Amino acid sequence: MGVVRPFRLRPVGPHSRQSETEVNLMAHAFFGGVHPKDMKAMSCDKAIEVFPAPKQVVIPMSQHIGAPCKPLVKKGDTVTVGQKIGDNAGMCVPVHASVSGTVLAVEPRPYTGGTDVMSVVIENDFQDTLCPEIAPRQSIESLSSDELTGIIHEAGIAGMGGAQFPTHVKISSGIGKVDTIIVNSAECEPYITADDRLMREMPEKVIAGLNVIKKIFGLDKAYIGIEDNKPQAAAALNAAKSDADGIEVCVLHTRYPQGAEKQLIQAVTDRQVPPGGLPASVGCAVFNVATVKAVYDAVYLGMPLVKRVVTVTGSAMKDTRNYMTPIGTPFQALVDAAGGFATDPYKVLTGGPMMGIAQHTLTVPVIKGTNAVTCFSQQDNIEVANPHCIRCGKCVGVCPMHLMPLMMFRSERKGDVENLDALHILDCIECGSCAYTCPAGIHLVQSFKIAKQKLKDAQAAAKA
Amino acid sequence: MDTNIEKKADQATPAAAQPAAPKPAAPKSAPAPSYNLTVSVSPHVHSAESTRSIMLDVLIALMPALIGACFFFGMRALTLTAVSAAGCVFFEWVYRKAMKLDCTVGDCSAIVTGVLLAFVCPVTTPYWTILIGDAFAILLVKQLFGGIGQNFMNPALAARAFMFSWAVIMTTWVVPGTAVSVFGANADATTAATALSYMHTGALPDGISLSSLFTGFAGGCLGETSAMLLLIGGVYLVLRKVISPRIPLVYIATVAVLTFLFPQGNDRLVWMGYQLFGGGLMLGAIFMATDYVTSPVTKNGQLIYAIGCGLITVFIRYFGSYAEGVSYSILLMNACVFLFDKLGRPQRFGVLKTKKEGER
Repeated sequence: MGVVRPFRLRPVGPHSRQSETEVNLMAHAFFGGVHPKDMKAMSCDKAIEVFPAPKQVVIPMSQHIGAPCKPLVKKGDTVTVGQKIGDNAGMCVPVHASVSGTVLAVEPRPYTGGTDVMSVVIENDFQDTLCPEIAPRQSIESLSSDELTGIIHEAGIAGMGGAQFPTHVKISSGIGKVDTIIVNSAECEPYITADDRLMREMPEKVIAGLNVIKKIFGLDKAYIGIEDNKPQAAAALNAAKSDADGIEVCVLHTRYPQGAEKQLIQAVTDRQVPPGGLPASVGCAVFNVATVKAVYDAVYLGMPLVKRVVTVTGSAMKDTRNYMTPIGTPFQALVDAAGGFATDPYKVLTGGPMMGIAQHTLTVPVIKGTNAVTCFSQQDNIEVANPHCIRCGKCVGVCPMHLMPLMMFRSERKGDVENLDALHILDCIECGSCAYTCPAGIHLVQSFKIAKQKLKDAQAAAKA
Repeated sequence: MDTNIEKKADQATPAAAQPAAPKPAAPKSAPAPSYNLTVSVSPHVHSAESTRSIMLDVLIALMPALIGACFFFGMRALTLTAVSAAGCVFFEWVYRKAMKLDCTVGDCSAIVTGVLLAFVCPVTTPYWTILIGDAFAILLVKQLFGGIGQNFMNPALAARAFMFSWAVIMTTWVVPGTAVSVFGANADATTAATALSYMHTGALPDGISLSSLFTGFAGGCLGETSAMLLLIGGVYLVLRKVISPRIPLVYIATVAVLTFLFPQGNDRLVWMGYQLFGGGLMLGAIFMATDYVTSPVTKNGQLIYAIGCGLITVFIRYFGSYAEGVSYSILLMNACVFLFDKLGRPQRFGVLKTKKEGER
């Protein structure tokens, strides 16, 4: 079955660019976007430190999009590092113990999504006993695409940029349709430096992981999209790759949301993902750079995804860190290890300030998609009392999805569901560019989240 | 654990809002320190720009023309502008207070309306007249439609149109350099015809040079005479990214092209120059037509709007019974903005222009 492509493939596609210089600024650009202060200088020079082992980890059974895992252990069980402690049938990604020790409880605990989910709580015995099944592979040449995809699935890898889409599903559904692999190293969210440090310190693992993904797809070329505010990371990747890899490091302008999937695809290939479509519908597959490194760990070291780099930063912090953190480490432990708060925290976010989710408690754990813990003090309070839209139209000028946020906001307030649909509100990627730029300080993203739900409810009611 | 959920009084319906409503935290083995954390939907950072900063920028951009007006017409230009601004702020404050609404005086938009209204009145306008104009602009045009952002016409221009009920007052142009008294009536001030009123009869004005029109040493409304000083303000606004140059440039270009193609008199260029600098075009194109609330928000909509403003301006000047057409052209186009925004809706992401397929 042929893939319908409702877009125009311009002659300047990726394949015409092979002969150009190693680092080239992309000619393509997405429309709109904003330039928030990136604040990365706070933590970008801090080398990745191994996090001092937490006393206790809380590992949620749902760290991906899809069916939640069922716990495979019970209270009192002894577990080892890398041991599978949760799995399920269907679209599911297993979870593994990140420390060795004893299971204290299997119960719902708060997690970064805002609700409580079933979690396995492990008391650390500080022995770091490795699961006996984990063994490095000498060679991967003989492994087939299916076997490699299976290894990635078993290693519990889900997209580590935040969305946590199951990586094995992205791969298996994309084989045959995908002609362009893109690694998302844009890290366009302010404050976060986890990916930056990862690329600077382990570029060879990123390249090796990417070669595995290329092998699975049967492609000989891949692109790494990176913003030009991370020149050292780009240089490290360029130094680590060899010509035979067929990997091109695409240096992109620093502009938020450069790392949004659809915008990154547009910037690298000049293709536009159609409304409601997946990247595979325009022949692209996008993997976060941390995910690619996790693929390396899984395939070569046999190590499941039990650790990730987390940036601890923000104006409320005494100091900042980039930690290699076991999954399940509570935010409180991260904050304490980094030196604690300088002032009372006003907001604590998982992720960066543009799309990060504000947390109500620091007992929530680091999960696979947690790239940063950003702690703001009162000085970052941006609340405006009684905002009034002045129709300046700046939101229209910055929307990377070509929407009209002010009209969507107005329709949402009026409850005009029909007009919300006509304005294509479901195209909104909630990047927050409009709300960032709105001089009146209107909570546009909040309004759109509500509006989308209203529209979906209305559509469901119409179908019923 | 002490949690503080922020709920906007203005934006209730947290139903679908993201991770609201935290449940009490699960029992913990060790009591964690308690923080008063705020939960709200992203984004959690904001640009430095606010409604107030934008309005202040507009006021700064108007300052060169105001200083020029004081130079041309004396200190009454300043006092009239100040009275007008104070009047607008006063009426806005009274209305918001009386209607028990949140006070919007702090955003400085009323000051901008007051200054602009003074700019489009003759310097001899009595204070009571301009205060009536202020009341009309703020109460009827702005607040009755819902306040800032809701009016469908530019308040200052609508008030000016209303103030033409006092036609003599509104068309008394003093000769620049005349000592206009700050207090009291100015009925005996030396008056002069404006360049446009000459040109309305199809002839270039006597004794008013193009250069004096450009610098502003000519008869006309308080703030409109100096194209040069208004352009300085316009450049400031563009550099500060308060306005895009699209509307002013297209508006002025439309007038330029039409007057160049259909000149009256011998020299096309001179005729065009007098048309561009002789009336309220610069003030209208840079400060009135670009009013956020009453101009389109889409690029294409702005193009149609600006061309429309230019066309109607020239039509009124050429064929109407008024010598000047800027304010009415903008008011007419203001009323069509909703249409232009529909026409100018951006191309949907991921859909080709050639592929419309039913939906738009």
